[in-house]
Amino acid sequence: MAHEHKLEIFRGLVKFKSNTSKIWGVLVFLTIVTLVEVGLGLAKPEWLMHTWIDPFEGGFFATLGNVILSPFVYMKPLNLIFIVLTIVKAYYITWDFMHMRDETGSMRKMVVWTAVFLICYLIFILLQEGGYVFDVYNAKTPLIKRDF
Amino acid sequence: MDSTVASTGTEGKSWGGGNKPLRASYGKMMMWFFIVSDALTFSGFLAAYGFSRFKYIQEWPIADEVFTHVPFLHGQELPMIYVAFMTFILIMSSVTMVLAVDAGHHMNKAKVTIYMFLTIIGGAIFVGSQAWEWATFIQGDYGAVQTKGGNILQFGENVTVDGVEEFKRISIDDFAAVHAGERVQHDRSNGLWFTTEGSLPPYTVNEIYNGLAANDNILVRTQIINEAGEKTILSREESLKQIKNNGKLVVKGANLHVNEYGTALFADFFFFITGFHGFHVLSGVVINIIIFFNVILGTYERRGSYEMVEKVGLYWHFVDLVWVFVFTFFYLV
Repeated sequence: MAHEHKLEIFRGLVKFKSNTSKIWGVLVFLTIVTLVEVGLGLAKPEWLMHTWIDPFEGGFFATLGNVILSPFVYMKPLNLIFIVLTIVKAYYITWDFMHMRDETGSMRKMVVWTAVFLICYLIFILLQEGGYVFDVYNAKTPLIKRDF
Repeated sequence: MDSTVASTGTEGKSWGGGNKPLRASYGKMMMWFFIVSDALTFSGFLAAYGFSRFKYIQEWPIADEVFTHVPFLHGQELPMIYVAFMTFILIMSSVTMVLAVDAGHHMNKAKVTIYMFLTIIGGAIFVGSQAWEWATFIQGDYGAVQTKGGNILQFGENVTVDGVEEFKRISIDDFAAVHAGERVQHDRSNGLWFTTEGSLPPYTVNEIYNGLAANDNILVRTQIINEAGEKTILSREESLKQIKNNGKLVVKGANLHVNEYGTALFADFFFFITGFHGFHVLSGVVINIIIFFNVILGTYERRGSYEMVEKVGLYWHFVDLVWVFVFTFFYLV
């Protein structure tokens, strides 16, 4: 039954005495993460606003490198931080508030893997095609004009 | 005659996991299935939003310039403060929900009642905040002109604040040169029977142009984001030329066709995704209220298990989970 709860977070780094105190602990953590996000969003530090790696130029391996390193090549570090922090928050909401931590392993995989794989696929398709449509509008000789 | 297979030897042993496959009860597992499918729906919406944003990546509105309002603090530009507050309210109500579930495990009716009540209050505050956010968004504040090509032109002036020159927006109400009698709204009392037209824009493009020509300080800002990550500001001559040649419609606020912030899709996605999420919160509040009364009536006390609270709890946390993503992709990124 769900009476037994796993009472550690951060892989056992922080241990709680009761389920209630664990809930409050997770709340504190989620609040800190949200505050960091809002703080970064307001401050917009200059060094996080530009990508650190320029896209590789050249042949097949350059393209491959761009694909593999795309979060660093094409995304502002600030946005990457936001997305990573969001996934961290999602993890703790699911694992501790929704008690995913206490479910059987196969139950966890059934829910999480299904969602994660399908969502990754969906995001890939739509962002890929969004990039293509962007090129249609913004190539040197665009097929469609909107600048009027 | 037992000609067909009547027994498979697996009766009462669903998947070898007893009556509770994966040690989760039927209801809880079905709630998880629903959550997975709903998560896919939401990620479909968010990915579609990402698609459109990639398409217009050089001219998408900057969220910090759109969502700057906080209730009771008129005229101050405070980006993100209010959404951060909303996020915190929703996380907080998630916490009271999980505390209610925990109290349910200990069969503590009084505590479950209190925590469920607090959860409902949190949800109500969130829905109310979202309604306010929508109202502010729909009403708009500065107004803009839409061009023939569907682009948005905004107005403002360069001012020096604390030694730094910055662009300050000016509302169209402050400079439009109103001349009477240009165009009257058509309604069913004049002309054709039973036909009417939607409300007219507050000004005509001509009135805006004349106002712009009369005020030398006002410049036009286009949607295009420049190297520095800011919207491009046109020179005085360019500004006049743009409005004169391309101005088509004066826009104030936002609807599904056009909005003063930028690309029409921006408002469409805002309405659709936050609306769909708000609908989830609203239905979550309704379900929470039903469960709340069941708790008070002692239904679960008699049933001997507060699992129902746990199931709506799952739904409620899911709503919170979705908001975390909506918050990131609409307000932060």
